Amino acid sequence: MFVSKEKSQAIANAAESLEIEGRSLWQDARRRFFRNKAAVVSLVILTLISLLVIIGPHLSEYAFDDTDWSAMHVGPSIESGHYFGTDSLGRDLFVRTLMGGQISLMVGLLGAIVAMLIGTLYGATSGFIGGRVDQVMMRVLEILYSFPFMFFVILLVTFFGRNILLIFLAIGAVSWLDMARIVRGQTLSLKRKEFIEAAHVCGVSKWKIITRHIVPNVLGIVVVYATLLVPSMILFESFLSFLGLGVQEPMTSWGALLNEGSQSMEIALWQLLFPAGFMVTTLFCFNFIGDGLRDALDPKDR
Amino acid sequence: MTKFIFKRLLEAIPTLLVLITVSFFLMRFAPGNPFSSERSLPPQVKANIEAKYGFDKPVVEQYFNYLKNLVQGDLGPSFKYKDYTVNELVAQALPVSAKIGAAAFILAVLIGVSLGTLAALKQNSWIDYLVMSGAMVGVVIPSFVLAPVLVLIFAIGLKWLPAGGWNGGAVQFMVLPVVGMMMHYISSIARIMRGSMIEVMSSNFIRTARAKGLASSYIVLHHALRPAILPVVSYLGPAFVGIITGSVVIETIFGLPGIGQLFVNGALNRDYSMVLGLTILVGALTITFNAIVDILYAVIDPKIRY
Repeated sequence: MFVSKEKSQAIANAAESLEIEGRSLWQDARRRFFRNKAAVVSLVILTLISLLVIIGPHLSEYAFDDTDWSAMHVGPSIESGHYFGTDSLGRDLFVRTLMGGQISLMVGLLGAIVAMLIGTLYGATSGFIGGRVDQVMMRVLEILYSFPFMFFVILLVTFFGRNILLIFLAIGAVSWLDMARIVRGQTLSLKRKEFIEAAHVCGVSKWKIITRHIVPNVLGIVVVYATLLVPSMILFESFLSFLGLGVQEPMTSWGALLNEGSQSMEIALWQLLFPAGFMVTTLFCFNFIGDGLRDALDPKDR
Repeated sequence: MTKFIFKRLLEAIPTLLVLITVSFFLMRFAPGNPFSSERSLPPQVKANIEAKYGFDKPVVEQYFNYLKNLVQGDLGPSFKYKDYTVNELVAQALPVSAKIGAAAFILAVLIGVSLGTLAALKQNSWIDYLVMSGAMVGVVIPSFVLAPVLVLIFAIGLKWLPAGGWNGGAVQFMVLPVVGMMMHYISSIARIMRGSMIEVMSSNFIRTARAKGLASSYIVLHHALRPAILPVVSYLGPAFVGIITGSVVIETIFGLPGIGQLFVNGALNRDYSMVLGLTILVGALTITFNAIVDILYAVIDPKIRY
């Protein structure tokens, strides 16, 4: 009836290997994310675009604001060094597209980070404290929800001048509403959990509990949402630039380039297509990555 | 129900007041005033101009004057077009935007709901994949990329439709702006509708209806549509805001004399009263519409009781 030494050894080994097989939520999520082909391909493309946007302008012999009067509206060609052609002032479109990409991606990321910070803290505070504070904070949120924000940002830009920093802040500051709602919902379900009660019992302050216990636990959903927020920030900025209210000349962004391109598309189609291609590809990538992350982190979807 | 509707409409008032107040004080505390950018005027002339627009009074008094005029529906004089009031300019522009916006909005809901339902009923067939990949493209491509491409293909390439202009709202002048505006919303609505329809179709009461031997078209129209459309209804608020905002881009691209165009020109010309007036107008429209959507939601969803 007794188990041989070898067998027990084998069982112990098996148990050990079983234990190794146990995976954390994040490992699990990573596995599932990397099984999603669209998301992985998007990640690769996005990395390439980011690298190109950062390094690319240094590779060209032209600067983004060099005007070349002898080469206005020149089509794309390898020999002349104007890989994407030139615009109406003879500025190299390759460099301008990449510089525009730098601005667009930067606005997108910073806007998303600002929105993420405000939204997470607001939502976590509101949900965690609850009661009357929660009611007031949610009421404020409802009021903000029915603001026509695009008009409001344009109003801000009109009154305070076109300043890229202001645009970052304005875009971030108006986009945190959904984030705050989502985080609040999560917090409400979290705050009755045992480990939060334990922290209470240990005398941890409310602010500490929010920042050390609540926020890290809602981080998953926040990351997913932030990924989906970046493309909408990029769109937001492009929208402003398209209307001539965003970045100022000679600096540029994808929206500003699209505006120029759409005005001269009858004679110089490449001025529309290159920036549009870059922007649409980037937006696609962020959307696929966001969807992939959401599927990967969703605990219901095993 | 009447009580709920009344209460919901009443709730819109403080929201509107906050919007007006914030916009107004932002404008007054912004660096410089509308006249400081012009050629330097003799101080007397400047004082006269400021007196004409009431800038010489304390800010709080100006605020209450503005509110008083606003209650009477007066948005004040335009700073840029000196012979016009903001009201007159808005009255010319609003019908243009309303016509295009309403067409885009209604078509987007009808087409989006139909496509989403179709995709849900034919789940995992080629129709589903076609609709959903189309919707993915539609969601991602922004209107200011789509619209120039549409112009390029249908106006410049094929010469089927005019590239811009309004011409009193003739149908062929409306097609491209409306299509450019609504594609994003068709896609979003189709995606939402597909998801909720799939969920509803797999629920118990639909199974019961099937077991009773009802025709599936009857089930979809009489049993499934109402619960499935609820998420779409709650998306209508954001969609409305989006279409109003989108009008800014679409009107700029197609050169339409609407609210969006007016707003952008106002912003570029620093026509403060115009920008302020339009922000408040659009805000009021948005807030009203959100209230209507909430009421509509309560009407459609029998589970909500107030």
